[in-house]
Amino acid sequence: MVLLTRKIEFSASHLYHNPNLSAEENRRIFGKCNNPHGHGHNYTLEVMVAGEPNPVTGMVLDLKELKEILEREVMRRMDHRHLNYEVPELAGQIPTCENIARVIWNLLEPRITQGKLHRVRLYESPDLFADCYRNGASGAGN
Amino acid sequence: MINNGLKIELGRRYRFAASHRLHSPRLSEDENYQVFGKCNNPHGHGHNYVLEVSFSGGIDPATGMIANLSDLDAFVQLRVLDEFDHSSLNEDVAAFRDKVPTTENLCMEIFRRLKTFPNAKLERIRIEETGKNGFEYAGGHAEEDSK
Repeated sequence: MVLLTRKIEFSASHLYHNPNLSAEENRRIFGKCNNPHGHGHNYTLEVMVAGEPNPVTGMVLDLKELKEILEREVMRRMDHRHLNYEVPELAGQIPTCENIARVIWNLLEPRITQGKLHRVRLYESPDLFADCYRNGASGAGN
Repeated sequence: MINNGLKIELGRRYRFAASHRLHSPRLSEDENYQVFGKCNNPHGHGHNYVLEVSFSGGIDPATGMIANLSDLDAFVQLRVLDEFDHSSLNEDVAAFRDKVPTTENLCMEIFRRLKTFPNAKLERIRIEETGKNGFEYAGGHAEEDSK
């Protein structure tokens, strides 16, 4: 099995706020991420696909195709958007790294038909990221 | 919890600067120099270490988080960074009085210190000693993990 990784970057704004909590609780739990006007990040997304290289092309999947899937499913939805208000898949959820990675996994998994989606890693900053795997897949070897 | 059959991990990077000397009392001076080369220099040397930790768990629907970052940061600060940052690993960290402070051993020591984080499960430690050397430990070494 071979693992291949494609990386893209997008910029988006968000804020953390749970309407079921009081203003004080929101501030205590989310700190400055609760700022009502939001803030933004340059996100880096790494998509890792696992598979056997096709004997004729030598490829696990055509990178052009993966690039188009990422453009359609992620860039058009999230790049230069406000994640709280403009991405229906995140509606009603706190747009943390964990939740965004999970939403991206669910968008990509059915679209990747050559090879298998192995890991989605979303960096909110170089020091904070979330990884998403199908349960049972190992985190080792990344 | 809203993971829906997915395993989700939170990854966080920290930095600390520390010095060390690679030297084993079980080897002769010549052997130490042969094995460890310039890392055996008696006065030690230092690195800017990058510590990457990965924790798994369920996403709490109320917060969208596996663990609150401020809790995690405080835990790592208390259990690792307060003691390791700007220290001499050989002299200042008890675990390395009788163990060579290679990055392999550092990974295992830090894993042991962080695995008790109460809010999520420690999956993996990765340490970059320099931009060119990276080491990972995911537990499973009986002697280290039982301490």
